[in-house]
This record gives sequence, structure tokens and C-alpha cells, in this order.
Amino acid sequence: MQALIHRKWWKILSIVLLLYTFIAGLLIPLPYETAYANSNLYESMRNFFFHVPMWFSQLVLISVSLFYSIKYLRNPDPIYDIYATEFARTGTVLGCLGLITGSIWANYTWGTYWSNDPKQTGAAIALLIYIAYFVLRNSMTDMDKRSRVAAVYNIFAYFIYIPMILILPRLTESLHPGGKGTEGNPGLGGSSLDATMRLVFWPAVIGWSLLGTWISTLRLRVRLLEEKKHSA
Amino acid sequence: MNHIIALIKKDLLLEIRQQYTFYGILLYIASTIFVLYLAMNQPEEKVWNGLFWMIQLFICVNAVAKSFLQESQGRMLYFYTIAGARDFILSKLLFNAGLMIIMSLVSLLLFQLLMGNPLQNPIRFIGFVCLGGCSLSLVFTFLAAIAARARQGAALMAIMGFPLIIPQVLLLMKMSNTAFADIIQVGLWQIVLLLVALDVLVIALAVILFPFLWKD
Repeated sequence: MQALIHRKWWKILSIVLLLYTFIAGLLIPLPYETAYANSNLYESMRNFFFHVPMWFSQLVLISVSLFYSIKYLRNPDPIYDIYATEFARTGTVLGCLGLITGSIWANYTWGTYWSNDPKQTGAAIALLIYIAYFVLRNSMTDMDKRSRVAAVYNIFAYFIYIPMILILPRLTESLHPGGKGTEGNPGLGGSSLDATMRLVFWPAVIGWSLLGTWISTLRLRVRLLEEKKHSA
Repeated sequence: MNHIIALIKKDLLLEIRQQYTFYGILLYIASTIFVLYLAMNQPEEKVWNGLFWMIQLFICVNAVAKSFLQESQGRMLYFYTIAGARDFILSKLLFNAGLMIIMSLVSLLLFQLLMGNPLQNPIRFIGFVCLGGCSLSLVFTFLAAIAARARQGAALMAIMGFPLIIPQVLLLMKMSNTAFADIIQVGLWQIVLLLVALDVLVIALAVILFPFLWKD
């Protein structure tokens, strides 16, 4: 990771993929059946390339944060704690963006910004969990203890949150695709994604995740420089 | 195993010696439910169910919060050296689960007395109440350990815990709905098993993570 931070290729890849997402996402023809014939999605369906990948990249970023929290507990190096914090922070920001883009979309297709859909609830819970993580961090002043307690909470919360987003959609009906009846799908309604959309969607997921990582590493480098300045 | 039993005995003894905390929680339960009764009288079953579990949540935060806060730093170190962190957290989990089951049953009794009895299938509901009290206490016991480490009280526990407890509460509401009428819930036992699996997960996480929390 240390070496990768200063590499350029993945940053360029991120820009290229996001440019591709914006251009292709706004231009490609939408599948007639899902966008026009059987639903009221119409052109708003293009939000799919922005809203859903934001969620995916939030998951990626909080997973990276989890990874560094575990690493911190195994080997208490303050750098790992900074990594875990910054990735959790960017993940939370992307979560907020996902929630906002989702609500705007919901307002157009479902008629209201918030409809207690299990996935909306799951999203809100994720935000609450990570805000609690930052509250917990800031409630302690001792650096060493703060890092350790925060890492423990991060791991505990993550392993409860993941089963939660797998369980919640199965308990109630969801307005999201694949959420009719009891077969609520925690991810996408797999079959509703056609081949051309998939060609934009997965690059978009990678692009947004890389952008999130990039932002995190920038904040990270600032934090590390600050640390260096304080210790010098 | 011997350590765990000894530690639970110690908690029990403390509870008997300092009865004010035990009665304090009982009074908390009684007064909350009394206020609810004054505010709602006898609500319909869905509201009854929702209120019941929400009250359980608050009782749990209050009943469990003290379990780590009452131990002083020095005493912690002592337990740590004689029994080890794993035994210690297991004994706390077991003790709090027992405590919370008693509290849940007491509050069920009070609910029956004051808020009416919409239950069609009381025996099943009692089973769910025991399971529910147990599930809630497990999560909050571990969060109490975290909050105690951060030298914070019940407020931080609630902030950390309420988002995390949602799956348990939703599962509990879903299964206890079946105790109010003769409806057949598809996959009821699946839901119960899911809740038990979540409990096992929480215990496993607590046992794995607790030693890191208390290492100084």
C-alpha cells in the first residue's frame, strides 16, 4: 500500500474510468423493456451508473478500513489507525452521496424522497454506525487507547452491519429491483441488468472506488505529514 | 470454566450485596411502563408489540451499562491476571443475559397487568422474550465494555448500539407478531434460527475482540 500511494497508474485509471462512466453513462441507449415499457424509470435510469457504484465503493472503502483496523490490532502501528480512519471517513462521505443521489432518484420514480425501503434503512444505518465511530474516537484523548478502542468498534460494527444488509431486504418488501415478495435481494436484481449496462456499470464501480481511495490517500498523506511535523 | 463460574458468582454476590442497583432497574422498568400506561392506556397489538420491544431496548441499555462501569481500573487488572480476558467477558455475557431475561420477564408481567393482554399465544411469546432479552444483552454488554473503556456512560452506548441492534429488534418484532393471532408466519423457525446465529456471531466477536480492548 505504501508504495502504491505514490504510483500514478491507478489514479489515471480512475480518471479514465470515470470519464467513460460520465460519457457512456449519459449516452448509451437504455434497455427499452426495463426503462420505458415496464416501468416509469425512463431516462432517470442513468442514475444507476452513479448511485449504485457509490454504494459499492462505500462498501469497498469500509472494507479497507476494516482491514487496517484488524492490522492495527495485530500490530499496533499508529499509521494503520490513520489508514482505518481516513478510509472510513471517505466511505462515509460516499455513503452520504449515495443516499442523496438515491433519494433524488426515489423522488422521481417512487414519488417521495424517503419510503422506508429496507435498502434506504440499511444505508441510513451505515451512516449512523460510522458517525458513532467518529463520536467514539473523539471521546478519547489518549492516542493509543483511542486507536485500539476505535479499531475494536470498527471490526464489531462491520461484522454486524454486513449480515444486517443481507437480512433486512429479506424481511420486508422492497421497491428496489428484485425486492418483490419474500425473495428480497440484498444486492441488485441480477436479471434486470442487461449486457450494455453491465459494460458501463462495473467500470463505474471500479472508477468510483479508485476515486474514493485516491481521496483517502490524499487525506492520509496530509495526516502523516502532520504527524511527522509534530514529532520532529 | 471454573473461572467463569467463579466470576458469575462474584457478580451475583455483588448484586445481592448492593441491591440498590437491582431495585433501581426494577423501579426504572415499573415507572417507564406506568408512564406508558398513563400515556397510551391499552393500545392495539401492533403498538403493544412495538412499545414492548422499544422498552426492552432502553431497559437493556440501563441494566447492562453498569456491568463494566462499576469495576474500578485496579479491580479489572486483578481479574485480568487471575482469570484472563476471555473468561471475564464470557462471565459478563452470561450474567447479563440472565439478568436481562429476568428484567424482560418482569416487564412482560407489568405490560400484562397495565397495558392489557393481546397475546393469543403467551407461551410462545415468553420464549421469544427470553431469547430477545438474551440477544439484546449480548450486544449491549460488549458495547458497555467499549463505552467503559472510553470512560463514557449509557449515552455513548445508545449511540453505538441502536444502529447495530436493528436487525435483532426487527427479527424479534417479526417473530413475536405471530404470538398475537393465529397467523402462520412463513419460515418462523428460520427467523428464530437467524437470530440465534446472530447471537453466536456476537459472542464470537466479543470473545475475539475483548482481549484487545482490555490490554494495557
